[in-house]
Amino acid sequence: MHHSTRRVNVVLPALQRSGPVPGRGARVVATRAAQAPSSVGTASRTVGLVTAQLLARHLLRARDLADARYAEPLTVADMAGAAGLSRAHFSREFKRAFGESPHQYLLTRRLERAAALLQVTDWSVADICFAVGAGSVGSFTASFSRMYGRPPVAYRRLWPPAARFVRVPRCVAMAYARPQNRTFREEIATAGS
Amino acid sequence: MIRIANVQFWVHDQDEALRFYTKTLGWEVRADVTIEAWNFRWLAVGPAGQDGVGLVLMPVPGPPMLDAESSAALAELVAKGDGGTLFLETDDCQASYDELSERGVAFNDPPTAQPYGIDTSFRDPSGNNIRLTQLLEFDPARGNGLSGT
Repeated sequence: MHHSTRRVNVVLPALQRSGPVPGRGARVVATRAAQAPSSVGTASRTVGLVTAQLLARHLLRARDLADARYAEPLTVADMAGAAGLSRAHFSREFKRAFGESPHQYLLTRRLERAAALLQVTDWSVADICFAVGAGSVGSFTASFSRMYGRPPVAYRRLWPPAARFVRVPRCVAMAYARPQNRTFREEIATAGS
Repeated sequence: MIRIANVQFWVHDQDEALRFYTKTLGWEVRADVTIEAWNFRWLAVGPAGQDGVGLVLMPVPGPPMLDAESSAALAELVAKGDGGTLFLETDDCQASYDELSERGVAFNDPPTAQPYGIDTSFRDPSGNNIRLTQLLEFDPARGNGLSGT
């Protein structure tokens, strides 16, 4: 195994810690190195590039965890655990890969799901707040208002009755409807993190 | 008449993908043809009972098709989950979930009520997203979008 790049040295211990893919790292590295030893550059560079790919796959497991379990008191530490990385290293790499911190991702995921519930249910704002894993109605409402430019109830009034909605699969809504954070002063809604 | 014949995913490792789609998902091999001169393997799979459509498992290409930097970037994008989604339908989401779980598929979420039906999702080994949906008549009362309820 090559240890000639910083990225390899950082990532390999994480791969060994993570449960779901034992041994995959070494095998994929070997396969890729054998397929294109000269065309990609030096062997060590090939390993570095492939390891970046493996790191991305682990970070995706953490993002999938947030997408699946945002309704629970999920923390950034839980997400780091799913990726098999230390929390500080995880947050840095997650931001590099996905463009924002895991904390911001989790917050905007919860707000996106809240907006979806406002569209398709008649639940109260408090019910929706707790249903998406946000801890406090007051800070949830403030955070929602900042993100969407109006309070939850006013946001709901923008939409036609729920029954007129087309069948947009949830994964599409979750990918496209997640709001862009405009401020880094959002400290609510990530209970326990 | 125009029909969809094949759709395509980029994969990191064709052997690994083939094992997943056939051994784990239980799909059929539609084509597995290696052209040595091109260093190329045309590999397509599909679910039994739906002969008309195949999923081509294409390796992330290197030079000369893609320069090394682009190849690595594409491989990383796929690993980040940006390779696309395959939308599957089933008559019974819970039954499919149970069967595939038993075969070793690690689902992202359990079957979940949506306004449009019940669905769940998982990924292939490369990170490609696969959505499994049981369509039902639109009902906002059912569709709370929450796991486990």
